[in-house]
Amino acid sequence: MQPGLYVHVPFCRSKCPYCGFYSIASKAPIDRWLDGLEKEISYTQKPFGPFDSLYLGGGTPSFLSKTVLERVMALILGHFSLTPGAEITLEANPCDISSEKANLFKSLKINRINLGIQSFNDDVLTFLGRRHSSKTAENALRHLRSAGFQNIGVDLIYGFKTQPMKEWIATLRRALAFQPEHLSCYQLTLERGTVFERRSHPEDMITLPDKSAAAHFLATSSFLESNGYIQYEVSNFARNKGLEARHNRKYWQHIPYLGLGPSAHSFDGKKRWWNLGSVKKYCAALEKGRLPIEGTETLTKEQIHLESLALGFRTRRGVALKSLPPKSEKTLSMLQKKGFLKVADGRAFPTRRGYLLADHLPLHFSD
Amino acid sequence: MKQIRNFSIIAHIDHGKSTLADRMIQATGMVETRDFRDQLLDNMDIERERGITIKSQAITLPYVDNNGREFALNLIDTPGHVDFSYEVSRALASCEGVLLLVDAAQGVEAQTMANLYAAMEHDLEIIPVINKIDLPSADIERTKEQIEMDLGLDSDHAILCSAKEGKGIDDVLRAIVEVIPPPTGSEEDPLAALIFDAHYDPFRGTIVSCRVFSGCVRPGDTILLMHNNASYRVEEVGLFYLAREPKKSLSAGEVGYIISGIKTVSDIRIGDTITLKNDPAPKPLPGFKEVKPVVFASIYPVASDEYRSLVEALEKYKLNDAALIYQKDSSAALGLGFRCGFLGLLHLEIVQERLEREFDQSLIMTAPTVQYRFNLTNGDEITVDNPLYYPDPVTISQAFEPYIRASIMIPERYMGAVMELCLERRGTNSKFNYPSTGRIEIQFDMPLAEVIYDFYDKLKTVTQGYGSFDYDLLDYRKSDLVKLDILLNGEKVDALCQIVHKDGARARALQACNRLKEEIPRHMFKIAIQGAIGGTIIARSTVNAFRKDVTAKCYGGDITRKRKLLEKQKKGKKRMKMVGSVTVPQSAFVAVLRSDDN
Repeated sequence: MQPGLYVHVPFCRSKCPYCGFYSIASKAPIDRWLDGLEKEISYTQKPFGPFDSLYLGGGTPSFLSKTVLERVMALILGHFSLTPGAEITLEANPCDISSEKANLFKSLKINRINLGIQSFNDDVLTFLGRRHSSKTAENALRHLRSAGFQNIGVDLIYGFKTQPMKEWIATLRRALAFQPEHLSCYQLTLERGTVFERRSHPEDMITLPDKSAAAHFLATSSFLESNGYIQYEVSNFARNKGLEARHNRKYWQHIPYLGLGPSAHSFDGKKRWWNLGSVKKYCAALEKGRLPIEGTETLTKEQIHLESLALGFRTRRGVALKSLPPKSEKTLSMLQKKGFLKVADGRAFPTRRGYLLADHLPLHFSD
Repeated sequence: MKQIRNFSIIAHIDHGKSTLADRMIQATGMVETRDFRDQLLDNMDIERERGITIKSQAITLPYVDNNGREFALNLIDTPGHVDFSYEVSRALASCEGVLLLVDAAQGVEAQTMANLYAAMEHDLEIIPVINKIDLPSADIERTKEQIEMDLGLDSDHAILCSAKEGKGIDDVLRAIVEVIPPPTGSEEDPLAALIFDAHYDPFRGTIVSCRVFSGCVRPGDTILLMHNNASYRVEEVGLFYLAREPKKSLSAGEVGYIISGIKTVSDIRIGDTITLKNDPAPKPLPGFKEVKPVVFASIYPVASDEYRSLVEALEKYKLNDAALIYQKDSSAALGLGFRCGFLGLLHLEIVQERLEREFDQSLIMTAPTVQYRFNLTNGDEITVDNPLYYPDPVTISQAFEPYIRASIMIPERYMGAVMELCLERRGTNSKFNYPSTGRIEIQFDMPLAEVIYDFYDKLKTVTQGYGSFDYDLLDYRKSDLVKLDILLNGEKVDALCQIVHKDGARARALQACNRLKEEIPRHMFKIAIQGAIGGTIIARSTVNAFRKDVTAKCYGGDITRKRKLLEKQKKGKKRMKMVGSVTVPQSAFVAVLRSDDN
């Protein structure tokens, strides 16, 4: 894989109470951000590229007007080179998808839409603070299909106390009716600084207790796999191998990526850095002629190794046996026997139950 | 001529002993305020942090009274714990008087009493000092009453002070001069000096702290350690001011140091008498005792490749702690390590903590145990201080365990609770004394094994801190012992086995299983914890598997955070030990003995 390019569009119609990504609920600073982005692009030397993936994330990129979107794409394509057949993804909110918008995306060479549907249950959508209904979501999917999109990803959220398993499976069924090429099913986590985090108390949790969270997770995997999807990462499912999200896989395989926009992260194979998480600070830095970098870290060999275990055990791809420390055989066979890992073709990869404990697996193999 | 007073301060913990010592040092002008730091006499970090004194320290304070008379006041600071009671007794034996420090707000407490009795045994002059009189909660009248009633001392002469505020320090110094008698003993008699402590100095070897009772010692003399029967040539003698200050001689009545090429502190014994080889004292000073370890435990490096480093750390540590004994040991679960003998549990904790902090060791310590004796069917007699070497039960004809005589001093109202505790711990042969109204002294014969772990903590709990506890070793008594094995997922963990009394075996097994259940973190799989005697399982508990720890999202911004968390967990894991496939925290190996409610 070639490096990936990410652009963070930090604007939303309104803030969702569960979302920990940086965005603001205002259109006012869009022009300033756009100027900033232009500067950031022009300041960026070219250690990267050509890119074989571009990801417009956020925030809500679909929230941008036609003119702004056109400008963003022009800026990117004017400065960076994308390989032929590069995956170009845009994150979209169902509210924003009309047939015109869908056609606009298509005309901008966007070839993959990741749609934040979250649920097909209107009560759940209200609980999640979403402004669209299940009908809107279905219409959005239809518009996208009509515009000719053959790679659509659907984001769903599950695993909260107010939703019984049956209703969650019903949401999955509604999604499957559209045969999306890709599904991301995120179990609700309380992200730092969100409304849900503030609202949740130890005595009154929004999220499920471990035992039923595990049951929901396993049911999701088994339902989707029996419907022909491959669970290629903890929360990600694809209809076939070729439809796995190319851009996101780079995060999990230490493939370099360049992130532009406030709070975006970049990685060049050794060094990781991240931008200021505020439009104001981001733009101010750029206006002073500086890169808007908030922090940077250079990874040691050990850190890369630890990360590759942590990331590897979260994916179907797993980790190479030869990358495991010497004397791992006993642990490996124990984890196989207990049904957490499988071994094939020189790699160890998690089973469904292994996924559930993926954050713990690296600890078994670190010296 | 300069006059001498030798004294010590005895007090309950937190009653302000170190602060008073600090103030006296300042009042005598030995140290500029700007060079001053708190707890001047407590050199070790661990002493400062815990607010305890572990090693005895001496300091000579120059003092001039109102009439212009010059004095040398020798303050001998003593440790305050039953583990070190022998050291305390040697320090007190070096004094003619003590300051008995009582907190005006807390009043007389249990430890004050125990300390007072120790001082009385040595026939010392006692000056009651009421400290912290500046506190809003200070109740001087009530404290005086307690000093009269509980301690039987004359409170009219009690000195009021606030060490923190520096009030009344002159009165304290004056009383030391006026009330405590000067030392007796003649310079003309043969040398007799009592060793009350020793420190190791990397450049000079062992610095022996001693009190000269008679005679005189000079550099160049050949001294004889009477109990060790070893001779050394004196290189230097002197006094302990803030730093060591060499002198031409050290003579009767003085407290100071002798440097004489003694390599390690293990080469001398506390309580031994120093005399001159050519002109020896007729007999050693009284009170010498052989200090023997009573509590045994094994220590292992957490990582087996750190064994070499542990060897070096122990060698260095031992230079300054003669009481610790150790020898090589090995365990199937924990690898190579050492079997160590300690004076008691505080000593054990101190050794562990100092090895970890000062010598940067990561240690696993096994549950402490006592030394058992067995008569075997083939006529052999063996001693076992390590449950690993428990003999094959069919070869045992008789088993014996060490007993102590426990003396517990409490206010009468706690009698029921303390009796219950002692009986629960197999106490027998109880006796009662009533030293003063409302107070009671309970004596019990108890197996040492029953008190080595948490007896003192328990006692403090049931008496709300008012119970004082001291013990003497009595003898070995016949006992019905069994070896309790602990299994994790069916695998015997040798480092967790214990020797226990048969009657309490099931309860102990259950307690160990429950403690381990608390200590062992949840794993990806269920862990069965079992207690067994021979092949019979007598107790079990289970650590349930955890179900899910995976986070839903892991994109650009999440990776660093995830790695940092893993790095932290990895570091935590370094302090754990793999036993089969189970990760056992360091603390678990000692926790098996901890009883339920603390």
